[in-house]
Amino acid sequence: MLAAHDIYFSRGPRKILAGVTVELTPGRVTALLGTNGAGKSTLLKILAGELTPRQGVVEFGGRPLAAWPALEVAKRRAVLPQESQLAFAFVVREVVMMGRFPHLLGGETSRDWEICDAALARTGAEHLAQRPYPALSSGEKQRVQLARVLAQVWEAPAEGGRALLLDEPIAGLDLAHQHEALRAAREWAQNGAAVLAVLHDLNLAMAYADEAWVLEDGKIGAAGPIAEVLTPALVTRVFGVEAEFLPRPGEARSAILTRPRPVQL
Amino acid sequence: MISASYGAYEKVRAPEVWRVLVSKIGLGHSQPDARVETVVMELRLPRVALAILAGVALGLAGATLQGLFRNPLADPALIGVSGGAALGAVVVIVLLQDSLHNWLGEFGVPVGAMDGALAVTFLIYHLSRVDGRTNAALMLLTGLALNALVGSAIGITVYLASDEQLREWIFWSLGSLGHADWVQIGVAALFIGPTALGLLMLAKPLNVLLLGEAEAMHLGVPVQRVKRTLVLCSALLAGAAVSVCGTIGFVGLMAPHLVRLMLGPDHRTLLPASALLGAALLLASDIAARGVGGFEELPIGVVTALVGAPIFLLLLLRARRKGEF
Repeated sequence: MLAAHDIYFSRGPRKILAGVTVELTPGRVTALLGTNGAGKSTLLKILAGELTPRQGVVEFGGRPLAAWPALEVAKRRAVLPQESQLAFAFVVREVVMMGRFPHLLGGETSRDWEICDAALARTGAEHLAQRPYPALSSGEKQRVQLARVLAQVWEAPAEGGRALLLDEPIAGLDLAHQHEALRAAREWAQNGAAVLAVLHDLNLAMAYADEAWVLEDGKIGAAGPIAEVLTPALVTRVFGVEAEFLPRPGEARSAILTRPRPVQL
Repeated sequence: MISASYGAYEKVRAPEVWRVLVSKIGLGHSQPDARVETVVMELRLPRVALAILAGVALGLAGATLQGLFRNPLADPALIGVSGGAALGAVVVIVLLQDSLHNWLGEFGVPVGAMDGALAVTFLIYHLSRVDGRTNAALMLLTGLALNALVGSAIGITVYLASDEQLREWIFWSLGSLGHADWVQIGVAALFIGPTALGLLMLAKPLNVLLLGEAEAMHLGVPVQRVKRTLVLCSALLAGAAVSVCGTIGFVGLMAPHLVRLMLGPDHRTLLPASALLGAALLLASDIAARGVGGFEELPIGVVTALVGAPIFLLLLLRARRKGEF
């Protein structure tokens, strides 16, 4: 649906991505995992069309991403950045309405406002609707941005699928809102969207994602159904910690406990 | 009306101004005094028209630049438009006095200023592009550097000037609405009118651009094209304004600020409201500049700051109480 073929990307002399080939599947949540600096955000930005790879092609719905009219892509694909700065005192509801931009021909319709309010409710931020955005805490801002992104791809387009690209959607959120945000991601996937989320919490990834891509030194070290990809050996190899997988009664997936690797003397 | 009444020549009462205006559009019964008519039509009304026109241009240019840089403190002077315009004017006054002045007549200085503004904006725009994109921080810093460069170039040029040229330059650089005639106003309106209308159509993309360039791109905004248009429009507006009335500070920075505090940051209201408020501010400042000093006029730039800054501070305090910062 949204696919990257043989992507190479460097920043100066540093190779960030070397020969990455991935494809997002409609109806699935994919967790993008890896250590700091492994190239997760870079890969997400390349899939979003924000960065142009030195080599390789990104395809959306079977067509090169660059060949799409910008507005048509925007109606189908939304991107949540790691953080968004907005120096001007827009009210939260207006910020969410910006997500409707590709759908607005003339002005906002009452349907657009309904969508904005529903999106705010979906991320547990409806009580913030009339607050000035710059006055919010960082976690609140992140929820408002998520609502904006959801409002952008609220409804399935007449043809072609939807994609959600989320760069650390739960960073800075409290526990309840972490679950709320990831439940929203699941819900979009259940309604046919392809969802990619950069995550650091392996347990939450286990609980909410169907697939996992693990980036290691600019290459895909492992990819597939998350329950098969995540193993104690992989966690130790990629993240440098010891891992114990504890089966949980009544739950399909294990809980992961980690501890630092013993110091080698 | 009030503005048309006051002036260094003599006071013309409001009813008399009204009579002149009415007779000019062919409705009057009585023929106004010819001397009064000359004062109103040739001295006062051009001044009013110029204040409105320049205010519209400065207000819009400020609002546009602040949106473009996503920084509420951006200002035509910051990216060097005003500096470029000033240098252009100085070069015409001091170096090209004989050739260009004779050739272009009264238009030498305005044309020079507009060229200067466009040249500097163009230069900054291209120097601050990285990987085919404009980096706002780099753009502001480049503007800062170019402003310094332009400042020293002005200093050198002024050093070469004769006393008479120096007086003209100083008068012009402090800003004045008193130099206007109908031809100049027409030329400025020709630049400002269409640019203003074009800008209003970009209000919605400009809103989305405030989220960030990447975010706007993901929302389907043709970011590079919109930004290029915004740069060009703001340079034209500020250059045109500076060329007809000199460097008048404060209006371009404050008008959008005040509007944002009163009506919110949505560019669909911000742009037209900044234009109107810019005009109102400049008009009011001009009245004050001529009223306060009797026969001697204060430089209008002094007054614009004096009038607007306290209002701005009050609004800032109000917003601070409401937790908007």
